[in-house]
Amino acid sequence: MQSFVSDSVIFLPILAQGLWLTVLVTIGSLVLSTALGLFWAMLDVSGVTSLRRGSRVIVTLIRGIPIMVQLFYIYFVMPDLGITFTALQAGIIGLGIAYSAYQSENFRGGIEAIDHGQLEAAHALGMGWFKTMRRVILPQAVRIVLPSYGNTVVMILKDSSQASTITVAELALQGKLIAASTLKNTEVFTLVALLYLVMSIPLMLWVKHLERRFKRK
Amino acid sequence: MITLRNIHKSFGQLEVIRGISNEVQKGEVVCIVGPSGSGKSTVLRCINGLETYDAGEITVNGRRVDPRSRSIAAIRREVAMVFQRFHLFPHRTALENVIEGPIHVNGENPAKARERGRELLARVGLSAREDHYPSQLSGGQQQRVAIARALAMQPKAILFDEPTSALDPELVGEVLGVMRSLAEDGMTMIVVTHEIGFAREVADRVLFLDGGVIVEQGPAKDVLTKPENPRTRDFLKRVLHPM
Repeated sequence: MQSFVSDSVIFLPILAQGLWLTVLVTIGSLVLSTALGLFWAMLDVSGVTSLRRGSRVIVTLIRGIPIMVQLFYIYFVMPDLGITFTALQAGIIGLGIAYSAYQSENFRGGIEAIDHGQLEAAHALGMGWFKTMRRVILPQAVRIVLPSYGNTVVMILKDSSQASTITVAELALQGKLIAASTLKNTEVFTLVALLYLVMSIPLMLWVKHLERRFKRK
Repeated sequence: MITLRNIHKSFGQLEVIRGISNEVQKGEVVCIVGPSGSGKSTVLRCINGLETYDAGEITVNGRRVDPRSRSIAAIRREVAMVFQRFHLFPHRTALENVIEGPIHVNGENPAKARERGRELLARVGLSAREDHYPSQLSGGQQQRVAIARALAMQPKAILFDEPTSALDPELVGEVLGVMRSLAEDGMTMIVVTHEIGFAREVADRVLFLDGGVIVEQGPAKDVLTKPENPRTRDFLKRVLHPM
């Protein structure tokens, strides 16, 4: 145990660099997937057939391709088309796009759960489509969507480790590198797992809290 | 003010409106009665473009009602709607519901809109409830807020779609009372209702709809007390003496 503590003192500062990248990738792809997911969902509920079809096709394609392959595509294939990203950028974009599909399904479900009468009431006041969404539908959908949104945050946090496959030295990869050079697999990977838990458990508790709060109302 | 010329409307194979024409004057109170499925609500919903119609023409102050055109928003600001199930915005308080349209559709000054919103809530007898959310209000109170919300747009006419049908019987009176006072103030109103007593007392004119056509119409007293058409007679008998 004593050696674990002393090892931790040495490893933690190095792992902290990886931790920082994990946080960057998670937050970056969370923001991107939220924006894109909302965009796909808006197209889906726009009432315009061609937009809805387009959105469905995109979401289906994204859901049908493993995240790792999407990352490879953005990091290794895009340069052939003249678009080059750093590994970090590619990681954020890849995870952001991959998760936009799940976000979109979640958002669409929330929007469609709103009573149709709300739409009619907004229209009857003379609101157009955008104003109806912004003032009436989305504020109500947020309440429905928030618990599963919290789950998505936890999943993105864990899946940010996939960015390691395109050389982003985030927490998991950083751990692997330290373990390979010190051979202290147990100590290093226990630390890595603990660091993930320190981030994910509060998030999961927050989700539970939200679920309980919204179930009451 | 509101003109319907030979309106037809089908839902798939089912033709729910089969040629309805009528003209509602400014300041007139028209009640539409008839059995369920007769097309009453559909006619009402066509007037402010919540429903499309297949043939004929509806105009409001000379402007054609076309749900697919941008002009529909302007018509909806002139012709407000009160729904059977209220459809208040649950995430906003009573006062916020009332001032939503004035501020965010008409672009009114928020302070002025709030002041007028309070006056309107007072008018429907809900001054003490302005900070309550819809879930904290009874059905009758919610419907009165919905009427205040409609009035806040300063409409030229208000459409009521069975405004008391979702209410417990003891709450019907408070809503009808507010509607009666609107009628007395000269508001143009089209009311789809099963409240025959209200129609007899308040309406200038009653339309009896059955099977998607106007079977009988005329002054409220005539249609509702000595109906000429046997279908109207039969319907009234069933509504007034359900047992």
